[in-house]
Amino acid sequence: MKKELIELRVNGRCHELAIEPSKLLLDALRQDLQLTGSKRGCDDSSCGACTVQVDGVPMLSCTMLAASCEGQEITTVEGVSEHGSLAAIQKAYGDWGGSQCGYCTPGFMMTVKHLLAQNPNPTEEEIRSGLSSNLCRCTGYSQMYQAIKAAIEAEQKGMAAK
Amino acid sequence: MTNDFSIIGKPIAMVDAAGKTTGSGKYADDLSLPGMLIGKILHSPYPHARIKRIDTSRAEKLDGVVTVVVGTDAPNPYGILPVGHDEYALALDKVRYVGDNVACVAAVDEATAEKALELIDVEYELLPAYFDPEDAMKAETNLIHENKPHNIEKDYHHVFGEPEKGFAEADSIAEARFIANEVTHAAMEPHCTLAAFEIDPHTGNRGRLTVQSSTQVPYYLQHKLSLVLEMPMSQIRVIKPLVGGGFGGKSEVIPLEIIAAIAARKALAPVKITYTREEVFWAHRGRPRTIIDLKTGVKNDGRITAVKARVVQDGGAYCSYGVVTILYSGALLGALYDIPNIQYDGYRVLTNKPVCGAMRGHGTVNVRFAFESQLDELAATIGMDPAEIRQRNLLQPPCITVNGLRVQSYGLPECIEKVVDRSGWRQRKGKLPKSRGLGVACSHYVSGAANSIIRSDMPHSTVNIKIDRDGGVVVYTGASDIGQGSDTMVAQVAAEALGCSLSRVKVVAADTDLTPIDIGSYSSRVTFMNGNATLRAAQEVKKQIASAAARKMNCSPEELTFCDDAVGRKNGHVGTAALGRPAEQSSAAASVSGHVEGQILRGSLQQKRKDEGPKDRMTFEEAVVAAIDFHGALSGSGSYAPPQEARGGKHKGAGVGPSPAYSYSAQVAEVSVDEETGEVTVHKVWAAHDCGRALNPVSVEGQIIGSVWMGMGQALTEEMVWKDGMLMNPGLLEYRSPSSIESPEVEAIIVESIDPEGPFGAKECSEGSLAATIPAIANAIYDAVGIRLHESPFTPERVLAALRAKRNAKPINLTEGVDPTAPARFREHGGSLWFRGKGPERHPLDPSRREAPSPVGGDD
Repeated sequence: MKKELIELRVNGRCHELAIEPSKLLLDALRQDLQLTGSKRGCDDSSCGACTVQVDGVPMLSCTMLAASCEGQEITTVEGVSEHGSLAAIQKAYGDWGGSQCGYCTPGFMMTVKHLLAQNPNPTEEEIRSGLSSNLCRCTGYSQMYQAIKAAIEAEQKGMAAK
Repeated sequence: MTNDFSIIGKPIAMVDAAGKTTGSGKYADDLSLPGMLIGKILHSPYPHARIKRIDTSRAEKLDGVVTVVVGTDAPNPYGILPVGHDEYALALDKVRYVGDNVACVAAVDEATAEKALELIDVEYELLPAYFDPEDAMKAETNLIHENKPHNIEKDYHHVFGEPEKGFAEADSIAEARFIANEVTHAAMEPHCTLAAFEIDPHTGNRGRLTVQSSTQVPYYLQHKLSLVLEMPMSQIRVIKPLVGGGFGGKSEVIPLEIIAAIAARKALAPVKITYTREEVFWAHRGRPRTIIDLKTGVKNDGRITAVKARVVQDGGAYCSYGVVTILYSGALLGALYDIPNIQYDGYRVLTNKPVCGAMRGHGTVNVRFAFESQLDELAATIGMDPAEIRQRNLLQPPCITVNGLRVQSYGLPECIEKVVDRSGWRQRKGKLPKSRGLGVACSHYVSGAANSIIRSDMPHSTVNIKIDRDGGVVVYTGASDIGQGSDTMVAQVAAEALGCSLSRVKVVAADTDLTPIDIGSYSSRVTFMNGNATLRAAQEVKKQIASAAARKMNCSPEELTFCDDAVGRKNGHVGTAALGRPAEQSSAAASVSGHVEGQILRGSLQQKRKDEGPKDRMTFEEAVVAAIDFHGALSGSGSYAPPQEARGGKHKGAGVGPSPAYSYSAQVAEVSVDEETGEVTVHKVWAAHDCGRALNPVSVEGQIIGSVWMGMGQALTEEMVWKDGMLMNPGLLEYRSPSSIESPEVEAIIVESIDPEGPFGAKECSEGSLAATIPAIANAIYDAVGIRLHESPFTPERVLAALRAKRNAKPINLTEGVDPTAPARFREHGGSLWFRGKGPERHPLDPSRREAPSPVGGDD
């Protein structure tokens, strides 16, 4: 298939890529931009490990064409850390055991970031339903809830300090 | 909980957590090399067939294809067990399951490789296939492996005590058949291997091989690669990058690991192979479907008099860990309760399905489900509380069980008490609303096998530690972190033993060129064995530091304590107070302090002059510099081999089951059952686990919760559904791994029995809890609606069927007239081979061959 030139905006930076029109966003990120944080865990949008945000909305990059994202703002897990240090949710996932093998974690980061952006103070029920788009095989999810609550608290404390 | 440790027992983030949450950590599939090719494997579409001819010429001519490899490119057999070398990287003469490996294409990209697979012509001669273990055992001809009569991989017949006498003494006897269906690991990371050869500078020819792979067992992989590729082990380097979960699925050599190396050898270029999710299901090595005929006798006082179990495991097409699995099933009938008489007959049977192997709770889970369910039934028969009957049958450690297992630390009594208390068992049992119930069950697991699968006297773990003048501690360990946190455990143990801060410790792990041999991450052995080796290595280094520091301080080494990045005399004020800063800050401060670095740079001569005259405290760096000046170099080694007393009895098969220590778990599950739909909801599980000592409580809780959760998956939803050797649900949604919506709250309760031989008293915490969850849920279902489920998972269909049977209602056949293999009625799973083309033809003698049922309910 003949390649086409597209422009992708990822984590605030523009990249010009020559890719086949059939190329998936996940492959473009991982192979062409070496942003290997987003993972492939299945091939049929079951698991959520490849979740990225497109214009702030969590999307499964394994079932999206890269070319269809032109002109949109893509955020991957590599764009979550703030100013070279861990974002509150990243720190909390480490501290509270929200991540064990870590393979699903990038996808969860993107999903949780969206959840908290939409609803800064979710109930446990809302967290459960918010996370149900992503699968984890290690944690049984429980410690993720603790991590999310801790991140919310940390954010609130941080804001109070400002 | 308070203790005298500064790092052990404190909840800390894993040392590699930031790499995981930021996406910067590298898993095998994240790696690439210049000139790297992508490999794709051609799998068999037939469950049992002879390969008459393979023609790869059309594929080889395709633009972009570099090479195609087939079985004859590497014809040496291998297998994880020395007694089970029955696999070939690529099939030589026969394929034995749908998904067996036939050929591999290495091409410039994935699309080209996939296209080339379609151009490989393979001619098969179909053979009768066996899908049911009890049918397979009757077979006389067309055996799956010619040297295994009746398709029996291995059978064991053990009698301990006098079972018949025990049954004669029993007041109540229960006897039933239990079936636990097949489940798989479904780790989030699909297997991936990147293999590359170097050119030897002296010969100018192909030289050393480096394999980076998602493996739990780098050392075994190195060994099997050497066997198949006919290369010395010294020429093979295996590196384990981050691994995205294993659960046993990466605890042996998976075909793609060897195929990638063979392809790289023939292609003269690096080759990476990554499984699709569907291929992961075929690679499998999960928990076999197990048929358990179980008989248990108890006296009216609740004491168990005898147990008799006949276990048949549907092992799939190759041996894998099978011999070990079938032995664990019998051996771990012991060491949980005091059972005086045991009879065990185990059959590991070959069938034409993907290979079963080791999965979390290896061999023990399905038999535990049957046993704990039956014990519950017997408690009801004799009118005893289910928690109490378990308390009546406790062991009295230290002891050796009737089947030769040595038990020392034994936290089971406390586990039972804790879950009974926390769940409100006594107040709430029997008083819950309609269709809601509580169930209890227990389980246990080994903290590492006392006898390694490679019969040898070498230590199971060896660890090296090096400390240089910068005061940095580097631990070289073969422990394979697969997400359970072994790197963190190693760092904690080393830091605690040396009295230094965690940030000083750097762990170099699982690289066969750099790290000494460790036999891998399986059988929950790492904390116990590698932890002990780390502790010994640290103590050896510490001894060297102490002897030098003692000279400086004019005291004996025994008078010194190592704590908070300082070495001091016991009666002097060492540590936090003396250093005048809080422990948390000491690490950062020490490593950036100009004062300290200055001393190191000025060198030993000045240091010696400056330090004239005894003092009663030194910083860790000062002590290290003194030790290096004194000894010339500062390094230490430690190794661990299980003690002879813990290695079990002498009978055939006695090698499997013994462990230096066992973990214990007791659980209470609260469930409700919808009697209209048959749906079971687990509301909460209280899980108490005796892990000896919790080195890192947050990790221990994570392991307990994860085990319970995985057990719940097996209990309620997870099942590999087969139809004539075809997997019907090779996708994560269809396999039904529970999502956050279906996952209950799990209250993890840590019980610390402080094992006399564990590192700081620690035992395993990752596997022992899984097995109890399934029977706890089964028993809770009985408490809720009065039905005994003898087949897992407890799907709505099975629950409804049991509820109707209880009411003497006519059974409903939910699948009557539905042929799940008819493509018109079946959803495609991510490009299944079967549905891409036609389904396999069946041999006329094939036992599964039958006339297609008339399609009822919509033939569109």
